[in-house]
This record gives sequence, C-alpha cells and structure tokens, in this order.
Amino acid sequence: MRRYFGRKLLIYAVTFFVAVTVDWMIPRFMPGDPIQTMLSRASLRPEANQALQAYYTNVFGLDLPVWRQYLNFWTALLHGDLGVSIWLFPQPVTKVIMRAIPYTLALLVPAILLSWFAGNKFGAYAARRKWLDNTVLPVGYVLTATPYMWLGILLAWLLATVAGIFPIAGGYSFALEPAWSWAFIGSLLRHWFLPFASLFLVGFGGWAIGMRNMIIYELEADYAHYLESLGAPRRLVRRYAFRNALLPQLTGLALQLGVIVAGALVTEIVFSYPGLGYLVLQAINNQDFFLIQGAFLFIIVGVLLANFLVDVVYVMVDPRTRTGMRGGS
Amino acid sequence: MTVSDQEDLVAVAPAAPVVTAAPVTSMRAGREALYFARRNRKLVAGLTVVLLFLVVAIVGPLLTDHGPNEYVGPPAQRPSSQYWFGTTMFGQDVFAQFTHGLRSTFLVGLLGGGLAAFIGMLIGFTAGYRGGVVDEVLNMITNVVLVIPTLAVLLVIATYLRVRGVIPEAVFIGLFSWPWVARAIRAQTFSLRSRDFVDLARLSGASGRKIILREIAPNMSSYLFMTFILLFGGAVLIAATLDFIGLGPTEGISLGLMMNNAVLWSALPLGMWWWFVPPGLGITVIVGSLYIMNVGLDEVFNPKLREM
Amino acid sequence: MSAVSLRVENLRVWYRTLRGDVQALDDVTFAVADGEIMGLAGESGCGKSTLGKSLIRLDGRMRYVDGTVELDGKELPIWDTGKMNGFRFREVSIIPQYAMSAMNPTRKIGKLVEDLLESRGVGFAGMRAELDRRLELVELSHDVLDRYPIELSGGMKQRMVMVLSTLLNPSLLIADEVTSALDVSTQKAVAETLVGFRDRGFVKSMIVITHDVSLVYQIADSIMVMYAGKLAEKAPTDVLVDAPRHPYTQLLISSLPEVGVKYADKRLTGIPGTPPSLLRPPVGCRFRDRCPLAFEKCLEEPPFVEIEPDHFVACWKAS
Repeated sequence: MRRYFGRKLLIYAVTFFVAVTVDWMIPRFMPGDPIQTMLSRASLRPEANQALQAYYTNVFGLDLPVWRQYLNFWTALLHGDLGVSIWLFPQPVTKVIMRAIPYTLALLVPAILLSWFAGNKFGAYAARRKWLDNTVLPVGYVLTATPYMWLGILLAWLLATVAGIFPIAGGYSFALEPAWSWAFIGSLLRHWFLPFASLFLVGFGGWAIGMRNMIIYELEADYAHYLESLGAPRRLVRRYAFRNALLPQLTGLALQLGVIVAGALVTEIVFSYPGLGYLVLQAINNQDFFLIQGAFLFIIVGVLLANFLVDVVYVMVDPRTRTGMRGGS
Repeated sequence: MTVSDQEDLVAVAPAAPVVTAAPVTSMRAGREALYFARRNRKLVAGLTVVLLFLVVAIVGPLLTDHGPNEYVGPPAQRPSSQYWFGTTMFGQDVFAQFTHGLRSTFLVGLLGGGLAAFIGMLIGFTAGYRGGVVDEVLNMITNVVLVIPTLAVLLVIATYLRVRGVIPEAVFIGLFSWPWVARAIRAQTFSLRSRDFVDLARLSGASGRKIILREIAPNMSSYLFMTFILLFGGAVLIAATLDFIGLGPTEGISLGLMMNNAVLWSALPLGMWWWFVPPGLGITVIVGSLYIMNVGLDEVFNPKLREM
Repeated sequence: MSAVSLRVENLRVWYRTLRGDVQALDDVTFAVADGEIMGLAGESGCGKSTLGKSLIRLDGRMRYVDGTVELDGKELPIWDTGKMNGFRFREVSIIPQYAMSAMNPTRKIGKLVEDLLESRGVGFAGMRAELDRRLELVELSHDVLDRYPIELSGGMKQRMVMVLSTLLNPSLLIADEVTSALDVSTQKAVAETLVGFRDRGFVKSMIVITHDVSLVYQIADSIMVMYAGKLAEKAPTDVLVDAPRHPYTQLLISSLPEVGVKYADKRLTGIPGTPPSLLRPPVGCRFRDRCPLAFEKCLEEPPFVEIEPDHFVACWKAS
C-alpha cells in the first residue's frame, strides 16, 4: 500500500512541478516583450500602469538570471502570492479567486457525487430490465455526447426564458445583498439549481452507461458463473457484480475530473454564475493574464487534490490494494 | 499484470468499449466482420448520420454565396425561407455559420483525434513492447499528462497566442488527449507480447518495429479503430468547449464560437433559439452518433456481444 | 453394484451459433451407481464438459434439445433454470474448470461462504463447525476464511472451492478438469481428496471429467469415453484399460506413455486425423474416418449396447 500511495504522490508532485514550470515558461517564450505586450493590451490608468510595470519587472525579473526568476516565482507561489489582478487592480489574484471558489465548489461537489451515485445505480437497474435498458441506453449516450455548455444553454432557455421557473443568470438576485437571511439563501438556491442540473445530467448519462456496460461484463465473470452454478439467487450475484463494477467506475471518476471541471467552468459562463469559470471568461476578455495563470494553478491543485482523494477512497474499497499483493491468477 | 492495469482495460471513458482480447487475423475474419457490420443497426445508423453531416459540411458552404461572418440580412430574424436558420443579432446568416462551423468541427476532430491516436499508439506500443526503463519513463509521462486537466493547460497556452488557427488548436488537443489510449494499448501489448506468434516473429529476426506493425497491431485493429472514433468525438467536444470560452481560432467560425456569441449577445433572454440550438444540436448528434457507431462496432468485432 | 444414483437417457444438448446448431452432445445414455466415481474422458471438444455442465447449469449458448436426467429417482429439470435451482448445490454440485478464479476477488472467503449459504436458506452459524472440519481435512487453516482469494495460492484456492462445492453433501458431484492446471504432486493430492470425499460420504457419486486417462485410472471405479458428442465406451476401470473393445479407446490407451518404457523399445502411437465438425456431423459412426477397423456397416450409427455386465460399447465390430 505504501508503494501504491508513494507512486501516486510522486506523479502528483511531478505534475504540479511540470504545470508550474509550464505556467512560468509560457510568457517568456512568446515572441516580444511580455510585459509591454501585456501592458499595451490592457487599458490602464497611468498610476496603475506604473505600479504594474514595477511589479511585472520584479516578478518576471527579466534583468535577473533565468534561474533566479524561476526561484522567485516558486517562492511567491508558496507564499500564496499569485500576483495582482490587472482587471480588478489592485486586488490580489488570490483574493479574487477565493471569492469565486465557493460558488464553483457548490456546483462541482454535489454534481459529481450525485451524478456518480445516481448514474451508477441507474445503470445497474438498466442492466437488469430489457425495457429500461432500451430507453436508458440511447438517452445516456445522448446525454454524454452533449457538450456541457449546450445543455446549460438549453436548460436556461427552456426553464428560465420560456417557462420562467428559474432565473437565467447570476449567483443570486441582483436586488439582494449577501446576508444570512432566508430570502438570500432561497435566491442562492434558485440561481444554483439550473447550472447544477446541467452538470448533473451530463455526468449522469456517462456513469449510467459505464455502469451498465461494466455490470454486463462482471456478470460474465467466473465468480458469477460459479455462484449461479451453486444456485445463488440473482440478487446475490448482482450485488457482487455491482460492487465489483464500482471499482473501475471509481478509477473512471478520477480520469474524468479534468473534463468535469472544464464542464463546470463553461456551465458557469452560460449562467453568468460567479464562480471560477465566469471569472476566467472575464479575465480572458480583459486580458488579465495574472488572473488566468492564478486560475490555472488553482484548477491544477484542485484536480490533483481530488485525484488524491479518489485514490484514498479506492484503497479503502478495493481489498486487493490493501493486502499489498497485486496481480491476477 | 497489476491491478491498475486491469482497471485500465475496463474503464477509460464512459463510452469506451470493454476490451476483450480476441485476436483473429484470418481473411475470413475480415469478411465475417463486414457481413456483420452491414447488418448492425447501430453501426449503420450512426455512420449514416455522421456521413450526412459530413456532406452538409462539404456542400453546405457552397450553397451560400456570402461568408459566414458577413452582415447580410436584417438582425435577429427567425428562420425563414430566405435564411433557413435565421440571422444573428448582427444580421449574419446562421445557416452559413452552421455549415462553415461544421467544416472546422470535422477538421479539428480528424486532426486532433488522429494526432492523439498516433501519439497514444506510439507510446502505448513502445511502452508495452519494450518494458523496463522505457516503460517506466513513458508511464510517468502518461500519468502526468493524464492528470493535468486539458482545459487548464490550453487555457494558459491559448491566452498568450495572438493569432490562433484551427490547425494549432487541433494539434494542442491531440497533444493532450492521448493518455488513456496509451494506457490501454500498453496493457494489451503486454499481454500479446508473450504470445507464441510474437516469439516466432522475434526468432525469425524481425525488428521490434516490424513486430509491432505486423503482428501485434493487426490483432488489435478493431480496438484501434474504435479508439480513433472515440478520440474524434472527444476532440470535437474539447474544441467546442475551447471555442466557447473564446480561446478558439481567431478567424472564421466554429460551432462552439457560435454558441459563445449567442450567449454573449443575450440570445438566451431574448429567446433567439435558432442561434444557439443548431450548433449544440449538431455537436450532440455527431458525437452521439460516433458513440453509437462505436457500440455497434464493438458488437461486430466481439462475437460474444452479438444479439442472437 | 448398489442402486443407481444418476440415470441419463437420450440427452441432447446443442450449442446455438450463427452458422447453425453445434451438436455437442448427441443422444447420450448412461447411468452412475451410488458411490461410484465415474471418469469421463475424451479429446477436447468431444462433449464431456458440455455433459458435465448440462447436468447442473446450461450456460451461454447451450440449448437443451431432448432427453431425461434422473437423480435418486427424481427428474432433474435441466431445461428450466429456475426449477433447477432447488437442486443446485444441495443435490448436484460442481467443481468448475476455473476453480482458481471462481471466488469473488473483493470478498473475504468466509463472507462469501456465509452469503452463499444464507442465500440458499442454510444458516452459516450452524454449518461453521462442519466447515472447519472440512478445511482441516484438506489441510487448510481456519483463518483462510478471513482472507481474500488473492492471498491464497492456486492450490489453496482449488481446495477451498472443493470444500465449498461439497459442503451440503450433494448426491452428485461433477469435477470438471480439476487437475488440468496443476503439477503432478498436487494432482495426486487433489485426486486423493476427491476419493476421500466419496469415502467419507460427503458425496454419493462423482463424475470426474478429464482428458488425462492416466489420472482418472487411479481413482475412478469406471471410465466412460466420449468421442465427437457421442459415447464410445463405458466399462469398469480395469476392464477399460486392460481390454478395451472400442477402436477409439484402444488407440487412446495405447497412446499413453508408460513409465520406464523407452521410445526406442516401444513407439508412441497417436491417432491420425482430427475429430469431425459437429456442425454437420457425419452420417453413421463418427469415428468412421479415423478408425482402422471401419467397414460398410459403420455408415449406420452403432447403438451403445451392453456387451458384458457393466461394459457398454458403441461399435459394430465390438458387439
């Protein structure tokens, strides 16, 4: 087990290192003077311009040797200093991002958990009954083929514009101020529902299909045949098949994390939901490179953490990793 | 094979086929496959739809004499006999945008998917066949690229590029979508490597590259083909996402960009459904058909799955 | 011999394929007595595994066509998998060919046994003492129940499956190629364990399916030889090995290497040719094409007749 975790942690460490290095390298390898490019693209007040000029020169340290620039970058990073936002000058990037993160997490965490659990359960049911299978399968394939943002757009159009049940944009009603009141929380929830539903549905389709296929595969395994030969009832065999099928689905979850996060980002854009995705869009439109880089690093760290969490859960669930012995017969 | 390798074989993408190694290399197998292929409803239906869209992508732009981004008509018009898909907020022809967008969609899908398939096969076969240190190094690279969220990296790269085109976009997508392919191919190559016919080829002095090309890859040809289809679909989706955020090609039009514009210019609250429904629907139908094609192909190649 | 335990009559089980029906088991009639260990031998594809499996569970593409199976006087409804469930594990049991991977890898073995027993209406607590006793018999420690299958060696897994399959003292045990994947000394241990089960009364009668005649010679009371889906010969072990009457059996026995005999002294003979396709089986005796004694009558299918007490042959020349 130590080998298992050791290997995983090594991968994550290397990944983080590579990501940060790539992040640091890119502005330096673009043609031209990166500072002037960035400054000229942003429209700034003179005093902001000067302050930023000084800041950039310090951070990029183009007068310093390259390795020093690199070290400075790492030092700043480890102090939680991701620079100052150009667009929202003089707010530090970290602060801007931290304001948006709770909204994104509020979408991601329930959507991932619910779609995974519900999708897997549903896929297992579908593998049982032919009529359910014949409806679930095409619906599932369509859902998983739907680009995240388009489902968001459809839901926004149908349920907000046309039916008027839900609001179409924002994190909460523009008329309200953030406060611990029922009205505010209600507004939060109403604005949260459509983007959440959009994320949930796409994920649900994918997991349902995956689980249905996995169960069919597991039901052909030797242990299933043996149990059936000894007269075990269907539900016992299915229970075992389901539990075994969850393992690769868990691995699949780790693999999909990057995709799901990307989906959350674009869904937020559709709904102007004030999370990381919407922030990224505005950063792009305003040429705020520090904000973009900061968001990039946050996303990387978040995905790595989530991957690690899934690894921990996997070890708890699959006895084969715990006994430290690997390999099939 | 370790436990993690067994995981690789079965759950790499929600719609990915479960790989069961069934090496068949005779001519009869090829003819048999064609026989079943023609009769498989999913495969035929999926393929038909994709080809239909391909035809529209090729022929469609020729039907309109104006460019997709030209301002040709009255703004915000519903679909009519003159403008089949209506017009945008600025009076651009949505149908023209749609057909041109389809072209860039197919281009990105083929190039991006093709490149990812190539890299995945290269790394997968090499790691699986060579083993040892080469395998360890390639494995580390694969794992790192696997964990990095594609969008995040493309975000940073694309932001710094002044001018972006369809081909660089496809290349970027191809450079980051291959890890799951490499893993699965590596696992398969591992198990095929110790088979007798490979030993025989090795004894007769064939080089590693030849063995992979002549003995191992043909045994997995069906799986490789299905992988390419999945990568194609995946590339289309990633490109649409990138375009939607505004990191797509700076020139021209694409389906993702159409949706970006629509949302940006308040098509949603104004209910201009003809602007945002066609591009998303197009992507959904194409990618969905690709997935269904894949299921059909799986049935054709895997005798166990065929309905009796 | 004592009362008949298993009686099979005119059993036909075919495989559905897209090219037609493979007549894997065609018109098979035989009986196994109480307390008898019958070896079932033959080449790959002769139908012995099909026969074994069809007596407990028709799987995948198998299709029951015709025939009756009677165990202890009761008819076994092998065509109805639901009704068959009452008999499985209690009256008929199997040690499968894939015994090494027959246990759920993610469940502790003890839990697996408990789940299985409880689901069949047998209290686990009540069986615990007997289970422990049987584990000792096969030289497995009690704490094997606390382990996962992956922690056991191949031989240990095999023994565990043997214990589990016979736990409810079935009337008929089918052992399907249980020694194929093992080394010689383990083969001997497994074979002895099987006999031990019969001797202690854990099972009444046994069918040991194998392609290794020399193994089954050691433990079986009688041996039945199959060829291309049909029965060729059935006789008590000594009779079959020393004085076989069916040409196929004769060739089979003579192709066995003897310990101590050198190739220079006595050549190993094989049987030239290959078994016929069972998709469209040949008319008449199926061994006709490879048989050195074939003549015109062989175009007519020979019946499986009793030429001596307990000695059955399907051959015109022999009867």
